[in-house]
Amino acid sequence: MKRFLGFVKKEFLHIFRDYRTLFILFGIPAAQILIFGFAVSTDIKNAGIAILDLSHDEITQQLTDKIISSGFFKKTDNLLHYNDIDNTFKRGKTKAVIIFEKDFGKKLISEGKANLSIIADGSEPNTATLVTNYTMAIVNDFTKSFAGPVPNNSLRINPEVKMFYNPNLKSHYMFVPGVITLILILICALMTSVTITREKEFGTMEVLLVSPLRPIQIILGKVMPYFILSFVNVILIIALSWFVFALPVKGSMLLLLAESMLYILMSLTLGILISTVSSNMQQAIFISLIGLMLPTVLLSGFIFPIENMPKVYDFVSMILPPRYFIVIIKNIMIKGTGLLFIWKETLILTIMTMVFIGLSVRNFKIRLE
Amino acid sequence: MPKAIESTGISKNFGATNALNDISFTVNESDVFGFIGPDGAGKTTLFRIITTLMLPDEGEIKVLGMDCITHYKELRKNIGYMPGRFSLYQDLSVEENLKFYATVFGTTVEENYDLIHDIYSHIEPFKKRLAGKLSGGMKQKLALSCALIHKPKLLVLDEPTTGVDAVSRSEFWDMLGKLRKHNITIIVSTPYMDEAMRCDRVALIQNGNILTIDTPKKIRDGFSSKLYAVKSVQKYKLILALRKYKGTITAYPFGDSVHVTFINDKVEDSFYSFLHSEGISDFEIEESEAGIEDRFLELMEKGNK
Amino acid sequence: MSEEVIYVHNLVKKFGSFTANDSLSFEVYGGEIFGFLGANGAGKTTALRILSGLSKPTSGDVNVAGFDAYRQTEQIKKNIGYMCQKFSLYEDLTVKENIVLYGGIYGMSKALIRERLTELLAKLRFQEYENRIISDLPLGLRQKLAFSVAVLHEPKIVFLDEPTGGVDPITRRQFWEMIYETAERGITVFVTTHYMDEAEYCDRISIMSEGRIVALDTPSNLKKQYNAENVEEVFIKIARPVPS
Repeated sequence: MKRFLGFVKKEFLHIFRDYRTLFILFGIPAAQILIFGFAVSTDIKNAGIAILDLSHDEITQQLTDKIISSGFFKKTDNLLHYNDIDNTFKRGKTKAVIIFEKDFGKKLISEGKANLSIIADGSEPNTATLVTNYTMAIVNDFTKSFAGPVPNNSLRINPEVKMFYNPNLKSHYMFVPGVITLILILICALMTSVTITREKEFGTMEVLLVSPLRPIQIILGKVMPYFILSFVNVILIIALSWFVFALPVKGSMLLLLAESMLYILMSLTLGILISTVSSNMQQAIFISLIGLMLPTVLLSGFIFPIENMPKVYDFVSMILPPRYFIVIIKNIMIKGTGLLFIWKETLILTIMTMVFIGLSVRNFKIRLE
Repeated sequence: MPKAIESTGISKNFGATNALNDISFTVNESDVFGFIGPDGAGKTTLFRIITTLMLPDEGEIKVLGMDCITHYKELRKNIGYMPGRFSLYQDLSVEENLKFYATVFGTTVEENYDLIHDIYSHIEPFKKRLAGKLSGGMKQKLALSCALIHKPKLLVLDEPTTGVDAVSRSEFWDMLGKLRKHNITIIVSTPYMDEAMRCDRVALIQNGNILTIDTPKKIRDGFSSKLYAVKSVQKYKLILALRKYKGTITAYPFGDSVHVTFINDKVEDSFYSFLHSEGISDFEIEESEAGIEDRFLELMEKGNK
Repeated sequence: MSEEVIYVHNLVKKFGSFTANDSLSFEVYGGEIFGFLGANGAGKTTALRILSGLSKPTSGDVNVAGFDAYRQTEQIKKNIGYMCQKFSLYEDLTVKENIVLYGGIYGMSKALIRERLTELLAKLRFQEYENRIISDLPLGLRQKLAFSVAVLHEPKIVFLDEPTGGVDPITRRQFWEMIYETAERGITVFVTTHYMDEAEYCDRISIMSEGRIVALDTPSNLKKQYNAENVEEVFIKIARPVPS
């Protein structure tokens, strides 16, 4: 027993003397709770709604106002044609389109019923469901409080709900692209961060440094094999998504592959950057895995839409590359968009990659200190 | 004689620790120069400065006529470095390691093969084996081959024989000896005193300070007292007795005897009776020639005072 | 003749088809300083691990401190001390904490631990270092302390695996004086080393080569037998380093 206690005491001493372990023990749970608490929200705030009003009468105006002023939505567009729906979804700000049929108001007063369509962006199934439910609740509320010639209890506004892009509201339309985003960045950053720190740990880095190899050659030399192998990986992942989950690739496969390779390149260079600030493999693994995983899962829009988070998180997530790739991959796979709608995100990822390479080369110590 | 290395007043600190203190020395071209000293003496730090991997806090070093701080790019092409722990790629084969280093230095294995032939021939039968699966002695030979493959002007070997058995150590020094004819300057660090004798010149280094620099023979001859070797079967009793004896200045076990220095450099009559009174009946004493380790111990004692 | 504390007869250890120890036989007696030499890859470490209860032999009789190496490894571990070069003390604990920890692991009473702690600090003249963290201490001091901790509980045998690697010559000799003093107290010292001059300090030495013992005797007998000036010469004559 004495032995056991002596051993336990030693373990306590180790832990208290190691600041990093203390940080993991106390710091991370605290941070997680705070982040989780604020980021995770299944309420909607300011979800974008576009209105296709084929009627343009007082009643549609009233109903529109009621929906917009509810606080859950904000109006993004007044559409003129059915054809505009696809575009407004592709631009990304709109989560649902409400269509008032022709002569909505007249029909409601004369026949006691009118038709309303709610078309939601099915590429985010959770949001789509929430938006439609909220809208329907508001519509029901409206019918109850509607003052008109027909008695209230026989008013019917029939909302027809359709999910655009994802008619069966499959949740893996949301998850699978998100998981792809997460896995690619973690694995790639992990690979390159470990390979450099491993050379530092084993001592082979010393000999490399004293050779004519320049830092940029070492860095690109480390990235190249993983880049090529990751290409194979991406094809494998997309094939699996297709065959196992029946996830479509509505847009251009070529564009998808090109954007994926850009994202991979960015992740590999991020790994290199991590390795320049890590002195051993354990640190590198820790930063790559733990440091990247939580923010990616929670703050990139993977599961929880960024619009639903406090503004602060929105800013923070702007430096997270996965945020941009998720938009890209969902757009291409589920919405079928082309470069036209995702050029901004693509540009940002490109700039990030160059910044990472630049910083890595600068940080790469040509000496041991 | 042109100098391969000229060092003046090199100092290096790591935080509060003083790793190197005012180190000045020169190494002649084509010499085998040894840095002898225990762990923590500063050997590795000094070598890292020479190979341009670290910057000194004070002082300057000229290697092959070039300043090691400003001309590091040029120097790195001309230095062959074998750091401690044999930095080989464990998961590459013998052959692959050698080819890699040759390519990185812009040459081929064939081009300078004659230089490494004597060394590499020992391990060539195993050229497909992974470096991680080699014994210590073989890793040594491979690391040396990789350091030489680009025909450097200066070969820097940091503790190449540490942790390796006596036979391999001896073979290694034989190989170094054979490299002389190629006019490569070699600097080696080692904690083994006996290896000092195989160098052209030697610097004894302890706690960041150079205790002495000279040819091994001159260092050995610099021993300032008369040395006696005392033997007895009762080894431990003998050491204790010698320490107790008031005529003793120093008494150190050295293999099967104890090396002793006496006051006035002579053995008084009281010595014999003292040992008898301590219960040591069977012993021999004779004058002995000091070795380099004796001198090192003497210098260390002086330094510690 | 003092009692046998280690008895080994036809010890064989195989790893798959590779025979690391090929029919080793020897005895070690109480209070002896026994040097265990051999080239790298000769099988020393394998044998050492079996003797210290860390692994089991493939076949043969092995008895350490009166306990059987197949069925009583736990008792073996309780009755021996062990010090290896790579690790011996916890680097982020202080001198005192290490001693108290190991004392507890060895099952010593608090009073006894305190007593030994004071003794140890006085003998090594370490009093000022009592509350210093191990990683702050120079290598020589660490090794001496590690050795003292390995014999803190006065075991029958202490195994030392290359204990003086890289240490300065003065400290090395001080270390060996500690070994001598320990042997005087009746503790058997089983030591491996690459320093050939240290082999001379031993009462008897054995030399292993390619899994077998090729020499076992007192240093002076071996020198006579092989007509050598010192043990290094003997070693070079008979121990061929294994190529793999």
